[in-house]
Amino acid sequence: MSRFLFPEWTQPLKKYVITPALMLGPVYIVIMAALIKDPETLRVGYMPEQPVPYSHALHAGELGLDCRYCHNVVERSPKAAVPPAATCMNCHQTVHPKSEKLLPVRQAFFENEPLRWTRVHDLPDYVYFNHSAHVTRGIGCESCHGRIDRMVRVSQAKPLTMAWCIDCHRNPEPNLREPVNVTVMGYKPASGEGARVKARLKINPPTDCSTCHR
Amino acid sequence: MATSSDAASEAGAGPGHGPDPRAAFRGITNDVTRVALGTTPKWWYPAFAVSNLMLLCLVVALYHLFTTGIGVWGNNNVQGWAWDITNFVFWIGIGHAGTLISAVLYLFRQEWRTSINRSAEAMTIFAVAAAGIFPIIHTGRPWFAWWLIPHPNDMGMWPQFRSPLMWDVFAISTYATTSILFWYMGMVPDLATLRDKAKERWKQIAYGLLCLGWRGSARQWHRYERAYLILAALSTPLVLSVHSVVSFDFATSQNPGWHTTILPPYFVAGAIFSGFAMVATLLVPLRYLCGLQHIIKESHIEAMCKIMIATGLMVGGAYGIELFTAWYSGNAAEWFTFRNRILGEYSWAYFMMVSCNVLVPQFFWFKKCRTNPWIVVILSILINVGMWFERFVIIATSLARQALPGMWGYFSPTRWDVLTLIGSFGLFFTLFLLFARFLPIIAIAEVKGVLPEAHAGKDHH
Repeated sequence: MSRFLFPEWTQPLKKYVITPALMLGPVYIVIMAALIKDPETLRVGYMPEQPVPYSHALHAGELGLDCRYCHNVVERSPKAAVPPAATCMNCHQTVHPKSEKLLPVRQAFFENEPLRWTRVHDLPDYVYFNHSAHVTRGIGCESCHGRIDRMVRVSQAKPLTMAWCIDCHRNPEPNLREPVNVTVMGYKPASGEGARVKARLKINPPTDCSTCHR
Repeated sequence: MATSSDAASEAGAGPGHGPDPRAAFRGITNDVTRVALGTTPKWWYPAFAVSNLMLLCLVVALYHLFTTGIGVWGNNNVQGWAWDITNFVFWIGIGHAGTLISAVLYLFRQEWRTSINRSAEAMTIFAVAAAGIFPIIHTGRPWFAWWLIPHPNDMGMWPQFRSPLMWDVFAISTYATTSILFWYMGMVPDLATLRDKAKERWKQIAYGLLCLGWRGSARQWHRYERAYLILAALSTPLVLSVHSVVSFDFATSQNPGWHTTILPPYFVAGAIFSGFAMVATLLVPLRYLCGLQHIIKESHIEAMCKIMIATGLMVGGAYGIELFTAWYSGNAAEWFTFRNRILGEYSWAYFMMVSCNVLVPQFFWFKKCRTNPWIVVILSILINVGMWFERFVIIATSLARQALPGMWGYFSPTRWDVLTLIGSFGLFFTLFLLFARFLPIIAIAEVKGVLPEAHAGKDHH
């Protein structure tokens, strides 16, 4: 009776299958890790179609509207507030009152039926985030939302991962500015401004789990 | 303790073994391979059916746990750890006999170990498998268990390296890896023997794949022996380290009854104690059922009983010292905890533990008890019951009376606690029965090496 040994034809397997697999394994891991870190995986650049072709580049950039004109409760509320159609109509009763692009806005206003905007910056439901806590302590809008004043259609500029949140909570200084300047876009803080604000407002961001996961 | 010469003289004189030295070797091979290659013995089916039924309990209990939550157990705000961690420490402890037998006794040239090391190593792996379930399921969200492994992630978080719970992850995973390697590597020559003895082609191929093309050349043997020695040396510190780290889960906390320096040696002694009790519980019936009395001999069972006396005395000593320290320290909280352990609501558990772990092994001083298989099995089972209660007493009583009266409570198990415990035994026995049926339960090559026939004419080494 012949004993079973690995037959001849398995020899090439060692050379052409097992060895390459062992060598390519680490390469595979590196590629996967890179893909996970890829901005596309993290939804950076997510730019959904909106019901109205509203341009932040025009309103906040060219015309210089303050962010808080529309997002009016951002300093007092956890939510920045998406404005009702009434806010739009403050101006658009007289500015381009017949524009076709604004038809959905007028419809929403007169039929009292809110516009269905698509949320771009969508944190998971298990994350508690408070806009007012950040804005009143000198975190600029652009720190999280990027150069909104240059976006024709809003897209996600930052990864919004937990690591990204916690990086700033561990070291907030580079992102701190005088609270009066929070809505300024392209702001260049003066040297030492972050440290001064941190000291004056006693900013010590918590990193406990329960800070965000309540 | 039995020596190699006395091990072999009996084997040589056994039925069917002639004076020809090769006949003795052939006898060992035939007797062990018959178990794996012969027809399935009648006792195996009912035993396997019962084990499977118990394993089913685990599946049902875990399904209910995962779909509902930790609340199905009796754990509560005060008794945050209860049977889950008790079972974990219990099973991890069981595993220690395997490592001790395979590594430490090997390095100390205790040749009697060869008859039991394979099955003890298998038992270790299956016990670690049973243990590994509990820390994962008791978190309540087992699907995040991979967070225990440190890896770069998009949360910017690392596990808490200062926590003994983290050290546990490393200790247990190292232990499992080393044990599996040691067990499997030791089995390779015997798997080759099974391949050569198998009649059916598919068995030849199956065992042939498992034995990785072993041919038994001198060079292969040389490397095998080297690797075996290296793995034994790697495993030896694990005998001490694994259960020490498990004990740190308790000892590094501030809780009275846990916060003591004696815990690591106390846990290690208890682990070896319970491990040997489990080996005896499994092997005493197995040697009869598989007809291996001439390989796993009475003297080996006796040697295990003696180890149980020794480790049992250490455990008993630890109970005494622990109590003395609590009193002598003058620490009111500590002394209260121990008085409460003995006289409080859990006193029944405490006395269960002391009688099973301290009194029961004393019977092994008598040769009659060491040589009667029924007594050995019953006493070993009692020791394991006692060791389970030891972990329960440590965990439950210390949590039941914490610093504030608001943190006082009592643990009552639910049916899901019970089903999970039964289920872990089901997993263990199912795996062990599969091992006992299909794999070489005795280290054939090693047993042959310690036969006197192997030393004929010239000195071994």
